[in-house]
Amino acid sequence: MRLIHVNQLVKSYGSGVQEVRALDGVDLDIEQGDFVAIIGASGSGKSTFMNMIGCLDTPTSGLYELAGQNVSQMSVDELADIRSQRIGFVFQQFNLLARTNALDNVAMPLQYMRAGKLAGLTRLQQKEHARARLNQVGLGERLTHTPSELSGGQQQRVAIARALVNDPDLILADEPTGALDSKMTVEIMELLKALNAQGMTVIVVTHEPDVAAYANQVVVFKDGKIIEIKHNHPATQLEGRDALPSLSQNIPPEAVTAKEATP
Amino acid sequence: MANSVNLIIALQALRINKLRSILTMLGIVIGVAAVIAMIAIGGGAQKRVQEQIASLGSNLLIVIPGSVIQSGARLGFGFAQTLTESDYRAIQSEIAEVQVAAPITRGNAQVVYGNTNWATSVNGVYNDYFEAREWALSEGRLFDQGEISRFGKVAILGKTVASQLFGEDNPLGQMVRIRGIPFEIIGIADGKGQSGMGTDQDDVIFVPLTTGRARLFGEPRGRIARVGTIMVKTYDGVDTTYVEERITELLRQRHRLGPTMENDFQVRNLSEILKTQEAASRVMSMLLAAVASVSLLVGGIGIMNIMLVSVTERTREIGLRLAVGARGKDIMMQFLVEAMTLSTIGGGLGVLLGLAISILVAWIAHWEVSLSLLSIFLAVGFSATIGIFFGYYPAKKAAQMQPIAALRYE
Repeated sequence: MRLIHVNQLVKSYGSGVQEVRALDGVDLDIEQGDFVAIIGASGSGKSTFMNMIGCLDTPTSGLYELAGQNVSQMSVDELADIRSQRIGFVFQQFNLLARTNALDNVAMPLQYMRAGKLAGLTRLQQKEHARARLNQVGLGERLTHTPSELSGGQQQRVAIARALVNDPDLILADEPTGALDSKMTVEIMELLKALNAQGMTVIVVTHEPDVAAYANQVVVFKDGKIIEIKHNHPATQLEGRDALPSLSQNIPPEAVTAKEATP
Repeated sequence: MANSVNLIIALQALRINKLRSILTMLGIVIGVAAVIAMIAIGGGAQKRVQEQIASLGSNLLIVIPGSVIQSGARLGFGFAQTLTESDYRAIQSEIAEVQVAAPITRGNAQVVYGNTNWATSVNGVYNDYFEAREWALSEGRLFDQGEISRFGKVAILGKTVASQLFGEDNPLGQMVRIRGIPFEIIGIADGKGQSGMGTDQDDVIFVPLTTGRARLFGEPRGRIARVGTIMVKTYDGVDTTYVEERITELLRQRHRLGPTMENDFQVRNLSEILKTQEAASRVMSMLLAAVASVSLLVGGIGIMNIMLVSVTERTREIGLRLAVGARGKDIMMQFLVEAMTLSTIGGGLGVLLGLAISILVAWIAHWEVSLSLLSIFLAVGFSATIGIFFGYYPAKKAAQMQPIAALRYE
C-alpha cells in the first residue's frame, strides 16, 4: 500500500530573479513498510524535503499525499493534527525536555491528540501507553531517569519511544545518529531496523553512507532534485501495520545487535 | 488539550526555576499585600469614623458661647454664658431645617451613694437632648413636665456612673447625693462608648436643666435663663453648613451685634469635622491604592519580562511540541497558564502577607480591621487577570513560532 505519494513538489524562496528553488520538481512514492534513507550534501534539498514529508512546511506547488490524504494545501492547524496522528519525529539533538523523566517525555505527544483512539486518555492511561513504548525500545528500567542521567544512545531511544507513542504511520528521523558515536549509531540504527521489520515505515535523512546502508531504498538528492534511487535489498515483505507486535513486547537492544546486518 | 495538563507543565516549569519564579512573584505579592492591608486598615478607619458619627448623632451642630471681654480681660470660648433659653427656642422655632435644638448646662460634681462616691460631669438638659443625640434609655424614664418646671430632684445616670456607684445593683429608685442634695434616679442611659476625642461619654449624670440651674450651678432664679451650649440637630439631607449660617445670622440679630462686632458665640459643625477626618482617611486609602497599583503594574511587567525570557529559553521545546502535534493555541494556553499560575500564586501569597500586616496593625494600634472575603477574592482574581494581561504577549509570541525555525534555534 502506498503511504507517500509526491508529485512535482516545488519549494521556492524569494521571487523573480531572486527565486531559489530548494525543491525543484520532486517525484517519489514510498510504500508502507519501506525503510528509506534520504541522502545528499547540505543544500541539496533533503532537509526541505523532510520538512515537507513531516508536514512541518507546505510546498510552493505540487502534490503531496500522505495515506491518500492531500496534505499539500492544508492549514497550519490541520497539519498539526496530521503530525499528531500520523508522524513520529526523531531529531539529531534528541530534543527531550530537560529535567523531565523518560516516561513523561514519551507521554508528552499524547496530550495533543485530538482524534483517534489515543485521544482523551487519562493521564494514567497515557503513562501506561508510554511505558509500553519505552519497553519496546528496551528502556523499561529507566522510566524515571531524566535525560541528563541517560547516555546519548539511551536518550535517542527515549526519543524513538516518543516518536512511537502516537502509533504513527511513519517514523521520520532527521540525522538520528548525528550526535552519537559509532557504537551508539549501530545501536540506534538496529533499533530502527527492528521497528521496520515489525512493519513500521521509516524514513531517515542522513549524510552518512553507513547509516544509509541500513535502508532498503536510498534516495539521493542534489540541487533540489532526486538524482538517483538505489535499492539495497529486495523490499522486505510488507506486513502492514496489523503485524506490529503487542505493546508489551520488549525488544532488548542485545537481541537487536545480535542480528547484525550491516552489509 | 486539558488545562490541567497545562497547569502541571506550568508548575513543573516554575519548580525548575524556583528562585526566578519567587522573585518574579514578589512584585505581585507586595502589590496584593498592599491592596489587602489597605482595604482592611482603610475600612477599619472608615468604620471607626462612622461609629463616631453615629455615637455623636448625625447632622449635629453645637452652639457654644464665644469670647467676651469682661472688664478688659478676654475670656476664652465657653467661659461666658452668652446663650439663653430664648436663643434655644428661637433656633428651634425659627429655622425650618432644625429638627430639634437642645440646651445643655454643664458642671462637675462629686456624686455620693451610700459610702461610695464618684466625680463626674453633671449635665442639665431637657428631654430633647436625648432626641438630638439619638440616645435612648436602657431603663427607666425621661424627665416629666412637672419635674422640669418645679426643679425636680431627679437624675438619669450614664452607664459608667451607674456601674461605678451601684456595681451590679439596680440604681432605679435609689437616691444619690449631688453636692449634698439628694436626687432620685429615674433612668439609666444606654452605653455610648468613647467620643471621637477619646473621652467616655457614659461618665455623666443628667438632671433637668431647670433643676441644675436652680439647685446645682448656683445661678439665681429670676434672671435671664442662661444655658451653657445648644445642641442642634438638623433634618437628614439638610446642608448643615447652611443651617450653621442661619443660626449665626439669627443669633447675631438676637444678640444685637453690629456689623463690625465679633460673634459672642461659635457654631461648631461636628459631623463636618468627622467627615473631614473620614475624607482624610479616604485620601490616605487612595494613596495606598495608588502605591499598590504601581506595585501590581511593576509586578505584571516583571511577569511579562520573565515569560519572554522563558519563551526564548524554551524555543526548542516549543518547536518540539509543535512538531509532535501541538497547535499554536495549545502553546499559547501553556504559557498563559504559566503566567497565570505565577501571578495567582503571587496573589495568594500577597493575600496572606496582607492579612498578616492587617492583623499586626490591628494588634499594635488596637484598631479594628475589617477583612472582607470579597476583597480577598478580588485581589486574587485581579492578580490572575494581571497574569493573563501581561502573559498574553509572550504567549502569543510563542504560539506564532514556526516549528522548523524553533527546532533549529540554538
